[in-house]
Amino acid sequence: VLGARPAPVWLLGAGAIVGLAAVLPAAYLAVVIFGDFSAALETALSSRALATLLRTAALTAAVVVTSVAIALPIGWLTVRTDLPGRRLWAVLCTLPLVIPSYVGAYLLVAALGPNGMVQEALGVNRLPSIYGFTGAWLVLTLFTYPLVLIPLRATLRRIDPQLEDAARAMGRSPLEVFRTVVLPQLWPVIAAGSLLVALFTISDFGAVSILRFRSFTSEIYIAYQSSFDRVAAAALGGVLVVAMLALLFASSRVRGAKAVHRLGPGTLRPAPPYRLGRWRWPALAFCSLIVLVAFALPVGVLIYWASKGISTGSTSLNTIAALGGNSLLIAAWAAAIGAIAALAVAALVVRYPSPASRLIERLSHAGYALPGILVALGLVFFATRAVPALYQTIALLVFAMTIHYLPLAIGPTASSLLQLSPRIEEAARGMGRGQAEVFRTITIPLARGGMMAGAALVFLHAMKELTVTLILSPIGFKTLATDIWTQTTYGFYEASAIPALVLLAVAAIPVYLLSEQGAAPP
Amino acid sequence: MNHPLSQPQRLLAALLVFAALVLGGCGFSTEDSGGGSNEPETEGITLYSGRIPAAIGPAVDSYEAEADRDVKVRFAETADLAATLVEEGDASPADAFFAQEPGAIAAVAEAGLLTKLPQNILDRVPPRYRDPGGRWVGVTGRARVIAYNKDVVMDSELPPSPFGLTAPKWKDRVGWSPASSSMQEYVTALRARYGDDRTKQWLEEMVGNGAVSFPDNVTIRDAIAKGEIDVGLINHYYVAQAISEEGPDYPVAVYFPPGGLGSLMLLTSVGVLESSDRKPEAFAFVRSLLSDKSQQFFTSSSKEYPLAKGAKPDPSLSVPVNQIPVSDSSLVDLKEIQGTIELMQESGAL
Repeated sequence: VLGARPAPVWLLGAGAIVGLAAVLPAAYLAVVIFGDFSAALETALSSRALATLLRTAALTAAVVVTSVAIALPIGWLTVRTDLPGRRLWAVLCTLPLVIPSYVGAYLLVAALGPNGMVQEALGVNRLPSIYGFTGAWLVLTLFTYPLVLIPLRATLRRIDPQLEDAARAMGRSPLEVFRTVVLPQLWPVIAAGSLLVALFTISDFGAVSILRFRSFTSEIYIAYQSSFDRVAAAALGGVLVVAMLALLFASSRVRGAKAVHRLGPGTLRPAPPYRLGRWRWPALAFCSLIVLVAFALPVGVLIYWASKGISTGSTSLNTIAALGGNSLLIAAWAAAIGAIAALAVAALVVRYPSPASRLIERLSHAGYALPGILVALGLVFFATRAVPALYQTIALLVFAMTIHYLPLAIGPTASSLLQLSPRIEEAARGMGRGQAEVFRTITIPLARGGMMAGAALVFLHAMKELTVTLILSPIGFKTLATDIWTQTTYGFYEASAIPALVLLAVAAIPVYLLSEQGAAPP
Repeated sequence: MNHPLSQPQRLLAALLVFAALVLGGCGFSTEDSGGGSNEPETEGITLYSGRIPAAIGPAVDSYEAEADRDVKVRFAETADLAATLVEEGDASPADAFFAQEPGAIAAVAEAGLLTKLPQNILDRVPPRYRDPGGRWVGVTGRARVIAYNKDVVMDSELPPSPFGLTAPKWKDRVGWSPASSSMQEYVTALRARYGDDRTKQWLEEMVGNGAVSFPDNVTIRDAIAKGEIDVGLINHYYVAQAISEEGPDYPVAVYFPPGGLGSLMLLTSVGVLESSDRKPEAFAFVRSLLSDKSQQFFTSSSKEYPLAKGAKPDPSLSVPVNQIPVSDSSLVDLKEIQGTIELMQESGAL
């Protein structure tokens, strides 16, 4: 690895700009915290904050473990076995990612909550409560495990089967081969996906608020809603940033220096699929169960509500089209800018590891670990003071979305750079090309797959985003997500179902492409 | 070189082109609050509204028509808007703030961001429905009531106050929504009137009596209508709205408990920003919200109590407004709600 080589100044500069932009919400927290440091410290160190931290950590650990437990078998089954219809299962099992956590949560309540649909169908008096830990765990797992599944499948496709062949030739059982040969190669990507799931879990507000789990974001919201205490809210946000740094550290330890390079695309022999035999029935049952609970049921409920909503004639198609156009506009810009920003960070971290590039990587994650309200308020604070002309414009909204979801794009971009040996770039440099030219003609084309996957993830999340949009959008600007919010606030579930379905349909396009990532023959 | 991801690349390019078309072709689409088609061209005030479009649209339209001024409205959660106003400070684009919950406007007033309203506005509303410092006025009131299924329960059976719902007779029959801000404000008012010990005892007895938790008022109402529970603690107008939609046969009725804090009035309220450079217009807007016409709209559409002097509550509101207690100033003491949440957690309600 070419660790000794210093990063070119322009790349370091670009990375620094991205890092500084992404750290703005955290900087706002620092301003508020240092405005009343003793009060902030008291909140951050209170037993209540500690209890919340432990609860949130427990939820995060549980969501990560179950996400991996779901993603690993599905990833394996859909890439490396002869599971019937495996490409279809791959798409179906990735689709739950399109369902916003707040939509997923209120659907869960409608289905499994007190006096919900399931209770009605079963005719029983009371079901075990889904509120609190159980419900939040269920919803966050079901709607975020694809963040592990997507990169996992991409990696599984690229694993060189020769090692496995050798292990099998030595008489190891398939399970042993998986444990000793395949799994070690998957840990880095599992760690990267788990990091995204964990950060999503600690920053999510939609699911935990509806399911009444008191995580850090709930406490932050209570600080605003009930006591209007911005110092307490900022102090709790500060704890989240520290938690993010710890998670990032843990994840980078797992990822470690286990980079597995290949010389380039095209040298890989496709692995022959394992034959499932009788095992295909339990495998199909597992995939069906996940798709049923995480996708078919929620969409079914939405369609049922939408049919009632259409019959009452509450939503005009023109309105929906305009809302969809607005959502698409913001999401596409955030995705494009996010992919470019992520390239700068990923290239620094992967190709020029140094304390400076690691710092930039950490700063870049700050906006993702914070709930939307803190990202929004941080930009309210800085924009009204520094660039009032940009306040509540499309540009600022796109900027906010980009820094909020940047790590989603950094991960895949870094992975695609890691898989390709830096020796290609070194060879080009050896032939006398300048660093900038090598970056343009070699690095960017090599990273393109990862950038596209990252852009798709940012796109998807920006489509679903709510709080930042409500506060930072131009006045009167509405999206599918804000419309869903408007309707559900007053319990108009039927009316909210149509924009929700349109949102799902638009978001499903990048998800489909993500699930097909690398599927085309090289 | 052959890239496996040419498909997404093409998609992204298509999306960007589409986005550019949307942006360049027709500008981003915005819709006005009420969705009225004849919006005045003249620039007017900016309103931050914690109330959804359906709840204020026609009242805003009516002001726009009379003043020939365009009102731009930002809709979001009341608490988020309050926090935004605090961060914006003097740079706020907002001229007025319409809050759904009383705590939020009190917080913005405490931050020194609201200007004192002219006396002729304050005089439109009885003193108990406005800020003692004159920085905000109540626009409508929502009463906490007991809703019940009239096919199953006679109103004569209902207790004189929610304290009576802990009797064995009501075991597993009562719905409530401890997580909703209206319930929390009600509990805060109970604490101010009866003290923490009595309030906690009531909460614990409610939990022990099998009170069923719902996420919000609407789901409680619907559960009563379906016969899944028999009574529930909710805001009055949710039932009134359903009756106006479903007709008089709707099985849910409201009961205003006469005793104690049985029914409590929660206010929606409006204030004008100190930083506004359109204060006279903003005052005119507030006056318009308190006009007979707008008050009539609020009470007939959302069945809330109109609070302006002389405004007539919707005929469906059988209990006169002056029989409903208003919480004292303790309600807007924000630290108190934090204490309420802790008390509700200790008692197992939340």
